[in-house]
Amino acid sequence: MTLNLLPVLPEVVVLTAASLILLIDLFIGDDRRHVTYWLTQLALLLAACVTFKTMQLESVKAFHNMIVDDMLADFLRIATIAAVSLMLFYSRSYLVARGLFRGETFVLVLFALLGMQVMISGNNFLTLYLGLELHSLSLYALVALQRDQARATEAAMKYFVLGALASGILLYGLSMIYGATGSLDLDLVTRAVLSRQANPLLLTFGLVFIVSGVAFKLGAAPYHMWVPDVYDGAPTAVTLLVGTAPKIAAFVLMLRLLSGALQGMAFDWQGMLIVLSLLSMVLGNLIAIAQSNVKRMLAYSTIANMGFMLLGFLAADLNGFSAAMFYTIAYVFTSLASFGMVMLLSRAGFESDQIDDFKGLNQRSPWWAFIMLLVMFSLAGLPPTIGFYAKFSVIEAAVNAGFVWLAVVAVVTSLIGAFYYLRIVKLMYFDDPIDRSPLDTRADTRALLSANGLLLLLLGILPQPLMGLCVIALAQSNFL
Amino acid sequence: MPPYLSLSIWVPIIAGVVALAVGRDRDATAVRWIALIGAVAGFLVTVPLYTQFDITTGAMQFVEFQEWIPRFDIRYHVGVDGISVLFILLNSFVTVLVVWAGWEVITSRVAQYMAAFLIMSGLINGVFCALDGILFYVFFEAMLIPMYLIIGIWGGPNRVYAAIKFFLYTLLGSLLMLVALIYLYSISDSFEILEWYNVPLALKTQILLFVAFFMAFSVKVPMWPVHTWLPDAHVEAPTGGSVVLAAITLKIGAYGFVRFILPIVPDASRYLSGFVIALSLIAVVYIGFVALAQADMKKLIAYSSISHMGFVTLGFFLFSQLGVEGALAQMLSHGFVSAAMFLCVGVMYDRMHSRQIADYGGVVNTMPRFAAFMMLFAMANSGLPGTSGFVGEFLVILAAVKANLWLGFLAATTMILGAAYTLWMYKRVIFGAVANAHVAALADLSRREFWLLAVVAVTVLAMGVWPKPFIDVMHLSVADLLAHVAKSKL
Repeated sequence: MTLNLLPVLPEVVVLTAASLILLIDLFIGDDRRHVTYWLTQLALLLAACVTFKTMQLESVKAFHNMIVDDMLADFLRIATIAAVSLMLFYSRSYLVARGLFRGETFVLVLFALLGMQVMISGNNFLTLYLGLELHSLSLYALVALQRDQARATEAAMKYFVLGALASGILLYGLSMIYGATGSLDLDLVTRAVLSRQANPLLLTFGLVFIVSGVAFKLGAAPYHMWVPDVYDGAPTAVTLLVGTAPKIAAFVLMLRLLSGALQGMAFDWQGMLIVLSLLSMVLGNLIAIAQSNVKRMLAYSTIANMGFMLLGFLAADLNGFSAAMFYTIAYVFTSLASFGMVMLLSRAGFESDQIDDFKGLNQRSPWWAFIMLLVMFSLAGLPPTIGFYAKFSVIEAAVNAGFVWLAVVAVVTSLIGAFYYLRIVKLMYFDDPIDRSPLDTRADTRALLSANGLLLLLLGILPQPLMGLCVIALAQSNFL
Repeated sequence: MPPYLSLSIWVPIIAGVVALAVGRDRDATAVRWIALIGAVAGFLVTVPLYTQFDITTGAMQFVEFQEWIPRFDIRYHVGVDGISVLFILLNSFVTVLVVWAGWEVITSRVAQYMAAFLIMSGLINGVFCALDGILFYVFFEAMLIPMYLIIGIWGGPNRVYAAIKFFLYTLLGSLLMLVALIYLYSISDSFEILEWYNVPLALKTQILLFVAFFMAFSVKVPMWPVHTWLPDAHVEAPTGGSVVLAAITLKIGAYGFVRFILPIVPDASRYLSGFVIALSLIAVVYIGFVALAQADMKKLIAYSSISHMGFVTLGFFLFSQLGVEGALAQMLSHGFVSAAMFLCVGVMYDRMHSRQIADYGGVVNTMPRFAAFMMLFAMANSGLPGTSGFVGEFLVILAAVKANLWLGFLAATTMILGAAYTLWMYKRVIFGAVANAHVAALADLSRREFWLLAVVAVTVLAMGVWPKPFIDVMHLSVADLLAHVAKSKL
């Protein structure tokens, strides 16, 4: 059997680039650190191009079924690479101002990306778990990067301890499924579960732990405790990373485990997801109202948004999965713009993490106020922004699957959510600024952040291309 | 044939975006002219909708159809019938008035002000001509954003409270409507509003759908007891905002009743008609008394709007040709009259910076021409024959008397109450001796204000003297609507 590297070429590129950049960075002085930065961006571009080039309709298994390279994987790899690249663009000035513009940062970011990519294309419990651990460990280190800051260290500690616990729980669940089905291969597990030969008690027992582990990665209530502390404590650039691309990876993890391997137990996990979804939407939106720190507010907003995403997922059909996938991508790009705005307002020695820092933004810069307005309305799910179609499609999936009451609860919680998003708009447009210093950033950051904001509007007017892609990617990858 | 409906939606929106792009406060004059040109162009493209309207059919006209989101079979499908066409004209006309009214008054962030109104005007036209459920919803919701900013940025002292209250109240209703729309999609596999007219539904389902739609539209109308956002929003909004709120957005709520509730859930509508009629009568009578007690002119007109809109919902739920046509005529008339009343208060407010009735008195001595105009509008507001206000009220009362004498009796009290609160306010503000030095220093209407009010005055009189052109347009569409209501879907 010949070794076919094609399905993992994007991972190979990222791994090679990370190792090379680690080496090259040793020979670069502090004043020329931007070389490392641009090398990293180049590596990301290369990885995206390679993924795009090797994209194909049918799915290919490689390394004895350890890896699957399907449309879903290719599409989401590109989405994660784009998210990571944007994160680096948005945070450049922020990192420079805080002395975090270092080689380690970029290498860790690349390793985190590698982990996510492995998760996205894993077809075996072990591959999935390895990817999860690689990206988690990189993220723990990134959160702790500002080691002289007590808050960052505390956040990293919490993240690490809870994250390790969650990984353990997930692993425990996987081992139960392994015990019941005798296989780590997702395809074999699928068949074993569907054939009803495996011990159902053992399977359900394992499922509970798997769902808990995945919910932790997503930050869904009641496994959400780490989210606000990590979002708040980590440097905003890292928060941006933690809050965006990993959500895509976690979504795929959930997709491959629940709707793939354990599709025979859809009825069981549907019930669990209903509870998670309800709790996340209610808790997330209610607690967000009380926050005065914008990063904490966005953290609770993440929790609520993950609840919405689960609402689509629990419909357990192609319609629902594609709605959840659309939701995840829409959320990731809205979230990128929201933290991008928080970093835009911050300067050296000033964090701009209080919601009052948004006061009077319309008088300081009507353009950035407009972009933030789009972001807030997208998070609140109002047309004509992409957030509306995200909420629309998950609610449609839930209603279609017969969960009308859940849809009603969801819209009521989104009304509560609208209140705190509106409050930011209120501060920007109705109040006078406290601080009138001009907002200046690099031209590339400005251009990309504007493009990102306008994309939320554009996809809100013409959502079909992205919606269609989600359906095609899932249908081609046999998630039915 | 040019796509008049798309033009009526997109011309104002594009004009708004252009105004924003040009928008620096030092180019305020340029922005005002762009806005005026945009608004006038927006009105001119709607004129053919009336002149080329075919009154021999009740079907949709000027239809445009385009795939939009095939994933959910959502289409860009617009069209108008006799019920909706007049509101597009009304809205585009009022937009011109609003831009004109804000000409010298708005001096800060002119571009954003003008753009907000223009964009909102396009979105409202979209609401009135959308024939796809989600297209309707998108316009319906998106409209909230400019209105929220208008109240919040250019409003009075308590504007933040009013803006957020306005937004959340309306959002609550419309989110439930979204679930209803999706539910209808899940059983009919289509978002076409017209197809929903023929989908069979069990009574229990109809009642649940009725509740969801009713939440959305009754808040917008607004009906008692979900009316409380309106006085706040009206009082705090700038003059232009109050005009659009009263003249147009309230009509959207009422329009929702005839486009969605009556034809889609006819059995539930008939089943619950007593409930709606009761709420309407409470609005007419009780809110009429509330209006009597107001000390603030804008609040008084706001309550008078609620009371007048009670008449509209009453007319709809009598299920007769007279009642529905009367209600529609009342909506149109109220669009002009309430706009005029708010413009009048705006004229006084710009001079005195007060809306309290007690701060005025004897205005006729210093502003005779203004007093004459306001007299006309006050009479129209109280439904005097010969003004537009009379037509709708008379038809609805006639329909009510036919249905039940006591219903007609209660409805007719509006003639007395309306006259009482409007004319009493008029007397206290306009007549009598000059109340204070501020009133003595008032200057009469400027040329801009004179023509602004004159245009509205002519329309109000024309509609009152010869309403036939308006009623004829509605006739067949209303008949079709009533046929749908009469047919059981069980």
